[in-house]
Amino acid sequence: MNNNFDALKKHASSIRKNILKAVYTANSGHPGGSLSSADIMSVLYFNHLKHDPKNPWAEGRDRVIFSKGHASPLLYSVLAETGYIEASELDGFRKLHSRLQGHPVYHKCPGVEATGGPLGQGFSFSIGMALGLRLAKSGSRVYTLLGDGECQEGLVWEAAMAAGHYKLSNLCAILDYNGLQIDGDVEKIMGIAPIADKFRAFNFNVLEIDGHDYAQIDSAFGFAKAKTCKPTMIIAHTVKGKGVSFMENNYTWHGKAPNKEQYEQAIAELEKAEVK
Amino acid sequence: MADFKATRNGYGEALVELGAKNSKVVVLDADLSKSTMTYMFGEKYPERFFNMGIAEQNLIGTAAGLSAAGFIPFASSFGIFASGRAYEQIRNIVCYAKLNVKIGGTHGGITVGEDGATHQGLEEIALMRVIPNMTVIVPADFDEAKAATMAACEYNGPVYLRLGRDKVETITDYSNRPFEIGKGYVLADGSDVTIAATGLMSAFALQARSALAAKGVSAAVIHLPTIKPLDTKLLYEYAQKTRAFVTCEEHQIACGMGSAVCEFLSQNIPTPVKMVGVNDVFGESGTPKELLEAYGLNANGIIKAVDEVVKLKK
Ligand SMILES: Cc1ncc(C[n+]2csc(CCOP(=O)(O)OP(=O)(O)O)c2C)c(N)n1
Ligand SMILES: [Mg+2]
Repeated sequence: MNNNFDALKKHASSIRKNILKAVYTANSGHPGGSLSSADIMSVLYFNHLKHDPKNPWAEGRDRVIFSKGHASPLLYSVLAETGYIEASELDGFRKLHSRLQGHPVYHKCPGVEATGGPLGQGFSFSIGMALGLRLAKSGSRVYTLLGDGECQEGLVWEAAMAAGHYKLSNLCAILDYNGLQIDGDVEKIMGIAPIADKFRAFNFNVLEIDGHDYAQIDSAFGFAKAKTCKPTMIIAHTVKGKGVSFMENNYTWHGKAPNKEQYEQAIAELEKAEVK
Repeated sequence: MADFKATRNGYGEALVELGAKNSKVVVLDADLSKSTMTYMFGEKYPERFFNMGIAEQNLIGTAAGLSAAGFIPFASSFGIFASGRAYEQIRNIVCYAKLNVKIGGTHGGITVGEDGATHQGLEEIALMRVIPNMTVIVPADFDEAKAATMAACEYNGPVYLRLGRDKVETITDYSNRPFEIGKGYVLADGSDVTIAATGLMSAFALQARSALAAKGVSAAVIHLPTIKPLDTKLLYEYAQKTRAFVTCEEHQIACGMGSAVCEFLSQNIPTPVKMVGVNDVFGESGTPKELLEAYGLNANGIIKAVDEVVKLKK
């Protein structure tokens, strides 16, 4: 257990820089929702996940599923940061014949546990995985990253119902509650509030945290692990585009690449904010 | 200079014109209005625009209800989600009752590009044409997409419009005529073989025809924007005339436009056919141009198929 959050913050900064580099190099991809979950993933992978990047399909590993698969730049950058893949491979993101497809593909790359992109499906897949792991008497846990816009999918609620019904305490979902989707504000397009009450009504343990506060993220994952009778939903209040001033809270950065100046400015901002 | 524009833009522009002409036209989207181009209608007619959020099944179900209430709904998302996730709603609620619902499925085909296989619809023609009462249209270019959208609004019944993301060359001209549902067009005549194409493949068919002419092969190019109902009269005429067919589509070979052509020819005027399309594999990330080449969806792929089918001629 690593309680020195400075080290985790350094990892998160490196992950953020790689997200931007990958999207800039590919000239396409999704920076906004990748940046918003970077702190959460940094804490999860470095402090809580049972995994071995050198033995990616090890039997007893925990599973991480990006149901909001468009955050593939984040997933691949985390895999580079933790040593599943070389950081140089990120330059091939979204290119022909790359393992780093635009959206994650099941087992195509070490550490990629599920196909993602078609919203809602990763959550449903997680239910089966959690059920299967429990049936096999495995102690492995399933961590699933969801978007708030994604919660508009009916499938999310079918999955949530099943998670509650089967009391999947080995399932921990994280909702990246950044308030934005492609066309704008989630609450203006198709409101999901009160989202905590909804998941509570579906028999989840619901935790609400600041998704950029390391102590809060860390204790939420710890609390989820200690629960033995219900699935957990961590509602993480986040800022879409977090860490890059012109991307923050700006829905137009959901799915587009920065130009050269924007890229350089973004990297400079992240470097300036780094803990020395 | 050839003009390059995306078919989804033709759809978006047509919706704005329809909004002015017909107060019954309503537009629905599923959080992709900037990609499907329905946002233009949304800005102009906000009271008749419904963003349903990321919920495609409800998008189609709601469109069906609106049509029963007397409106003409155009529902849009990426084709993979509109035709795939909402499939059963389209079959059982929309088509069974022959409700007046129009579906604009954008980002059809491999030219979606970098997003990869999960977002590249390669099955919509198959999924949609198998449902009774459905009309399936695959425009080749911006002008045709616009004209087809206008025609879909005039027609009473379910219509699926398969639209693309990428800019494509304009090869049709609807300045003096409306789009006629069910009609195929002879883009160029020929006597040795017929190349029947749909969507962006029609432009490649014309390129292939020129290269074939240089080799002494005379190819006719038939453009089939409507896959269902098929222009069987035209197919019959060209089967008689050229006695060999090559079909071309940016779609799985199985159950697509080529299959529809084969269903007709084999039962009415058996004719050798070679089919150009995606051959039972998923797509992947890459630029549209790289992908078209990698999957043989271009003039070279068509020429190869022509060479093969000519050998099969009796
Ligand atoms: C079923 C489905 N419908 C539509 C899309 C297109 N799409 C990709 S991302 C996205 C918005 C997601 O918003 P949100 O879940 O809030 O993600 P975040 O803000 O975390 O990026 C949409 C509509 C999709 N990938 N899958
Ligand atoms: Mg969001």
